[in-house]
Amino acid sequence: MEHVLDKYNSVALNDVKVWFKAGKTSDFPADGGNCIKYKDKQIAVINFERRGEWYACQNVCPHKLEMVLSRGMIGSAEDTPKIACPIHKKTFSLKDGSNLNGEDYKIATYPVKIVEGEVLIGFIE
Amino acid sequence: MIKIIVVGNGMVGYKFCEKFISKSGQEKYQITVFGEEPRRAYDRVHLSEYFAGKTAEDLSMSTATWYEENNIILNTSELVTDIHKENKTITTHLEQTYSYDYLVLATGSSAFVPPIEGVEKEGVFVYRTIEDLDAIMAHAKKIKQNGATEAAVLGGGLLGLEAAKAVRDLGLNAHVVEFAPRLMPRQLDKGASNMLRSKIEELGIKIHLSKSTQYIDGDKAITGMMFEEEELLKVDMLVISAGIKPRDELGRGAGLEVGVRGGVVVNNKMQTSDPNIFAIGEVALYNHMIYGLVAPGYEMADVAAEQIMQGEKTMRESIDMSTQLKLIGVEVASFGDPFIEHQEGTPIVYENKLNGIYKRINISKDGKALLGGILVGDSSDYNTLFQIYSNGMAIPKNPEDLILGARGGESSSMGSAMDLPDTAVICSCENVTKGSICCSITDGTAETFGDVVKLTKATSGCGGCKPMVADLVKDAQKSLGKEVKDVVCEHFAYSRQELYDIIKINKFTNHNEVLGTIGKGDGCEVCRPVLSSIFSSIYNDTANKHVTSQDSNDRFLANIQRNGTYSVVPRMAGGEVTAEKLIAIGEVAKEYNLYTKITGAQRVDLFGAELNDLPAIWKKLIDHGFESGHAYGKSLRAVKSCVGNAWCRYGMDDSTTLAIELENRYRGIRSPHKLKGGVSACIRECAEARGKDFGVIAVEGGWNLYICGNGGANPKHAVLLAEQIDKETVFKYMDRFLMYYIRTAGPLVRTSTWLEKLEGGIDYLKNVIINDSLGINATLEAEMQGLVDTFECEWKQAIEDPEMMKRFKHFTNSDDRDDNIEYIPLRDQKMPKSW
Repeated sequence: MEHVLDKYNSVALNDVKVWFKAGKTSDFPADGGNCIKYKDKQIAVINFERRGEWYACQNVCPHKLEMVLSRGMIGSAEDTPKIACPIHKKTFSLKDGSNLNGEDYKIATYPVKIVEGEVLIGFIE
Repeated sequence: MIKIIVVGNGMVGYKFCEKFISKSGQEKYQITVFGEEPRRAYDRVHLSEYFAGKTAEDLSMSTATWYEENNIILNTSELVTDIHKENKTITTHLEQTYSYDYLVLATGSSAFVPPIEGVEKEGVFVYRTIEDLDAIMAHAKKIKQNGATEAAVLGGGLLGLEAAKAVRDLGLNAHVVEFAPRLMPRQLDKGASNMLRSKIEELGIKIHLSKSTQYIDGDKAITGMMFEEEELLKVDMLVISAGIKPRDELGRGAGLEVGVRGGVVVNNKMQTSDPNIFAIGEVALYNHMIYGLVAPGYEMADVAAEQIMQGEKTMRESIDMSTQLKLIGVEVASFGDPFIEHQEGTPIVYENKLNGIYKRINISKDGKALLGGILVGDSSDYNTLFQIYSNGMAIPKNPEDLILGARGGESSSMGSAMDLPDTAVICSCENVTKGSICCSITDGTAETFGDVVKLTKATSGCGGCKPMVADLVKDAQKSLGKEVKDVVCEHFAYSRQELYDIIKINKFTNHNEVLGTIGKGDGCEVCRPVLSSIFSSIYNDTANKHVTSQDSNDRFLANIQRNGTYSVVPRMAGGEVTAEKLIAIGEVAKEYNLYTKITGAQRVDLFGAELNDLPAIWKKLIDHGFESGHAYGKSLRAVKSCVGNAWCRYGMDDSTTLAIELENRYRGIRSPHKLKGGVSACIRECAEARGKDFGVIAVEGGWNLYICGNGGANPKHAVLLAEQIDKETVFKYMDRFLMYYIRTAGPLVRTSTWLEKLEGGIDYLKNVIINDSLGINATLEAEMQGLVDTFECEWKQAIEDPEMMKRFKHFTNSDDRDDNIEYIPLRDQKMPKSW
């Protein structure tokens, strides 16, 4: 089962080769997320309206490998924007994908940019 | 030089030498060790690792030069044949004679071979020494070449199961044959054995219990085992691991006192009937018992060493046989008295077949002491339980908390975490003690719960210790004189009750407003649902509002399950349902292939609905006259009822009607935690109303109203609020009670815990509700009536609004489904594949 996670590796802004149109900004609820499909990947896209920021990360929670992170609740820990998995409330930094409960597993994050009302997610392939 | 001869070079014999040379004054002594085996002492506990590729050298207790470096003479492959205690000499099979001042018998034990006809046949082995293992491996290889596939192990004890794993690892189908009706009969009870059995059978090892072997079948070599009633198990190899037999022949021959069933009798100084001869380990019979564990053996070695050097140390009266180990990958632990067969206590048992977990604790009759217990599948509680048992510590008022832990944000599992000794391991995953948690706060290296987690890694494994760690942190902070305020989370310096009042007075209507005015940061998964619930309680906002700040279940108006699918529960007020409606549910379940189960709240739960299907499922249910059952909300779940005087010949009143009226009045109202109710038509109490947050029971002359009970983690009977009241009064008091609870309780605090923490308790609450001591009852009733009047089924609301429907889709940019969802069969239905 671990191979599900192998698909998801963080992409740095400088390495982006493909900007994928994930949808319109209005497709994503304020201060929440939705899941989009890119090739065989499931990506959670977060519209962090309060901060005027957008984030993208893997949809699979590395804890129990369920495709649910986009249905989680956003928030902040100190000043780090974060998302909590809806199943066991494991929380992850939306900035670098690190786990905020002191556990080892982390999530992959992807760059997001908004161009003329379109949400674009950066991938390397 | 004082001469000591040690007979036997096993683990305990070695430990004796090790202990002896570490003591001061040892220079005056000369130790000579005799071992019949060709090699130095090795670790027999981990013998099965030899199959997994460890070498004899890896298993060795010492380096090759250890004996020489420590001036100990080691004679391997030399068997001591006689002791002449009159002139203090021994002779060996090489006909050498040696004299001693003190003799230590550490001859250990041999495998007990039951007197079964045919045990001498080829292919039958014991499991005791490296030589035995070599022979087993050679034989397995040979028979496999001849096409044999089956092998058995006689004995379902600890070592037998290890042996079975070894046999399986050799590429044979392993069968464990046990005479007793359960596995590990000395450590486990029936339930624990069943759990262990199913776990082991999952690994492909077959278990045969209650089997008495009559004879070993086969001409020259074994071909099978014949049980009673002509039942034949065909095997080509048998490994016997049916217990141990002390190697007491040397002591017996020398005329030392031995037990009826073997073993050289020793006193608490480890002295045999001859004061110059000591016996330790599995050959020693202490308190009429042979101790087959390594820990007591080591302690005996230390006692004997001390005694020879004229020390004071003696063996303890009762020897602890507690063990924690991983057996074929399954965690098993047993401590204290696992069985309490003598009626001096009461067991509490937790069994989870889905996860393969069995836990049992034995509590003394007075409910004050932990006597022992068993853990299978998850032994993470072992350390704490063992601490409590061995230190004779007080146990919580609800002892089941010890194995169940705290759930659902209710009161912590051990009210008495501070009572634990500093050495108690709180987080067993990361091995963090209470001392290190509290010290990190008191010495200033950590300030908050989060700091402690970062510093010690406590709670980062299974997370089960979180409530205990949080309590310890709080208590440690208090001990420094810090004010510990009951705040919701880092974003608000207020309790839930304060937030409720602030929002109401300021007429705040959304999260950003509240965060911006009285909070900080962006909120989180703790405070956002609290605010959503408060908005709901004040304005009756359904969960279709503030969608992204609704808790996991509320966000999609369904209960999220293990695999990310949802379950669907339509309301069936009072558990009453027509045949047509039941058929409609059945048809929906069939169409969407949903796992169907009757819940404890007298309704039907449909599991395995995909997010994309939820609206269609609900549309069908609503078309058939159903509405949301709010099984996902922190709100009223259901009001259970007995059938009442409509049918029942004992019924004193119409309980079903009252239950339906209560359920329909309070449906959908958000509260600090879930609410459950019950109505019984007589004191036989078929509806179990006193196990609910509110319970109404018909009596002569009216209804008795009970409040603040619950089942679950800490079962509590509801307490009497008012007696013999009429229906109208029931509703009046209910309105006041619920509204007062909604206003004042902390987040995720059930009514029972709320009452427990309410200063003045039930008398105070009676005064508020019945005598209007706070003068707020008119307001409470008006507020409740407002909520009742504005009720709306949120599922109906959702399916009628295309904007709201948008969220019930797995992908925003595709109609594809989540392809990660997999099911396995469960009886005639299905369940998600395991994690």
